[in-house]
Amino acid sequence: MSPDRTGTEPMSTGSTITGSTPSPEPTEPAPTEREVLLRASGLQKHFPVRRGLLQRQVGAVQAVSGLDFEVFRGETLSLVGESGCGKTTTGRLLTRLIEPTGGSIVFDGRDISHLPQRAMRPLRREVQMIFQDPYSSLNPRHTVGTIVGAPFRIQGIEPPGGIRKAVQELLQLVGLSPEHYNRYPHEFSGGQRQRIGIARTLALRPKLIVADEPVSALDVSIQAQVVNLLEDLQDELGLTYVLIAHDLSVVRHVSDRVAVMYLGKIVELGESDAVYTRPMHPYTNALLSAVPVPDTQRKTKRERILLTGDVPSPLNPPPACRFHTRCWKAQDICGTQEPPLVELAPGQRVACHFPENVPA
Amino acid sequence: MTTDVTPPAFLDVRDLRVHFPTDDGVVKAVDGLSFTLERGKRLGIVGESGSGKSVTSLSIMGLHKARAAKISGEIWLGGQELVSAGSEQVRKLRGRTMAMIFQDPLSAMHPYYSVGQQIVEAYRLHHDVSKRDARTRAVQLLDRVGIPQAASRFDDYPHHFSGGMRQRAMIAMALSCNPELLIADEPTTALDVTVQAQILDLIRDLQAEFNSAVIIITHDLGVVAELADDILVMYGGRAIETGSAASVFETPQHPYTWGLLGSLPRWDRERSDRLMPIPGSPPSLINVPAGCAFHPRCAYDELTDGLATTVRPELRAVGTNGHRVACHLSDERRRQIFDDEIRPKL
Repeated sequence: MSPDRTGTEPMSTGSTITGSTPSPEPTEPAPTEREVLLRASGLQKHFPVRRGLLQRQVGAVQAVSGLDFEVFRGETLSLVGESGCGKTTTGRLLTRLIEPTGGSIVFDGRDISHLPQRAMRPLRREVQMIFQDPYSSLNPRHTVGTIVGAPFRIQGIEPPGGIRKAVQELLQLVGLSPEHYNRYPHEFSGGQRQRIGIARTLALRPKLIVADEPVSALDVSIQAQVVNLLEDLQDELGLTYVLIAHDLSVVRHVSDRVAVMYLGKIVELGESDAVYTRPMHPYTNALLSAVPVPDTQRKTKRERILLTGDVPSPLNPPPACRFHTRCWKAQDICGTQEPPLVELAPGQRVACHFPENVPA
Repeated sequence: MTTDVTPPAFLDVRDLRVHFPTDDGVVKAVDGLSFTLERGKRLGIVGESGSGKSVTSLSIMGLHKARAAKISGEIWLGGQELVSAGSEQVRKLRGRTMAMIFQDPLSAMHPYYSVGQQIVEAYRLHHDVSKRDARTRAVQLLDRVGIPQAASRFDDYPHHFSGGMRQRAMIAMALSCNPELLIADEPTTALDVTVQAQILDLIRDLQAEFNSAVIIITHDLGVVAELADDILVMYGGRAIETGSAASVFETPQHPYTWGLLGSLPRWDRERSDRLMPIPGSPPSLINVPAGCAFHPRCAYDELTDGLATTVRPELRAVGTNGHRVACHLSDERRRQIFDDEIRPKL
């Protein structure tokens, strides 16, 4: 934990955080000197497939195959893509819940790609995760106090004023009441449970939070409450988020940068506004055009790109550009030569032989 | 409200109530719902979990257990009343006159039978044809819904299919008897967006081809805007707003609808500052708030001279285009709030 963080107590102001008053604009760091908090290079995870009596390896699910990206301090980077694109695997690699089979992850100047279990424990304070399902991610037999206080006990940390006080402050910070300390998860609604999970995530003041589909299990009106909470917490505590989501509207709303994934690869990475208004990769374009918009007037003007078929199996992905089997712009080169992820506009990287919207 | 003298529409639901007695009290899942739907039209029913939208569709299909659910009101389908009809009578209609597409095709299909067999079974239940003819029909249907090499996929089991293909197969099954009413309950919620776009297109095409009436039940306002002619917004087991899709999206009337639209982030617009969530959570259906069920979460309930907390608002017309809303705010006031506070933020 950085020494400048431990002294201050931003928690005490928590009670106002979920009020309806909009928080002041976050101070944007100058884009030129952004500090890299995490860097993934050539990150790869293949899950072996074993068959038969001798459990011989007969193949591998290529969940993540060579990702290069960085996460800047204080930003929200979103990983988007359809099921099976490897976004959840990437999240689990970043939190080192699983070990990469290739490449490296450097977090805050330290290579954490192959740290053993024991050496991981201090790291867990700095990298935390928010899970998708608020029903299965909280132990139904533990009280809220036990759940949110668990990180302190596991890490052997005695917060000033005791664990109980710290937990109650955390509950307040996420918009729950300190009296909820002795209640059980089943007494809460889905949105409130997600808040409990967020309080637990924040307990150790992590530098990086990986949120895997944090709002997709919630109803629309509740979803907006949690999205606002995550944004407020980021402003207040200076958090860095890696958000994993399939809902492109939520992603646009919260992200500074977006990485679009397809079959274990990043096909496009850039500032969120740029990616949404000038998508360069055909897949990004198709993905965006498929999202239904709650607006009847737009319906007629809209040009939709309909992709045919399904995403190929990651057991046996297509060679070279993995999207070429479904791409309407594909030519021979797409099946023989893999396009590298290159910067075609300031801050926007694309892996495509025939990109769209390229500035002249 | 509909009066009993008018001839029933193709689908005419009148004052439907579905109550489930439980140890904790009576769950009023649907409590006084009325709407109509003509053939060739698509109705979108929107609401959050617990608003009663799925219970409504199951009542139309006659899929509630008579012992568990207390159903009252009338459901007219093609001139036949279903609530008072015997289960045998409804069973004859189910699958043939009305069919349903479920949210999760993996759990809605039987894992033990091949996809083709399941379609054949549904078809032969209502048609006296040979197995071979039924098989031909099933292959045609699979082909029509876009399953590649339909004939060779006939003997595949549901787990061989991807999510999108399973949903296509289920649509094929639902369409096997050319139903006049098709109910799709969250048909694309379990699917990825690109697949969702394919399925929505398919439903639209097939609906035009068969001229059926379609009910789409969803929590996704985007899907509704895409597909529905008319919209019914449900809250706490009742309709709180209904009208043509264009009218509801352009001039939403109910504060709850405003809240839903304000809660939605939009990818097609510049990043806005903040979402406007609806405070609180949906009501308990055992203890629905008195008066307007939405009043504890409503920012404007003070402006109704106490009506919001005491009297159940009924649907009443706003303007002349069939747009109706159940809200105690006067039209004048609602328009003013919408123009001043809501429209600029949407």
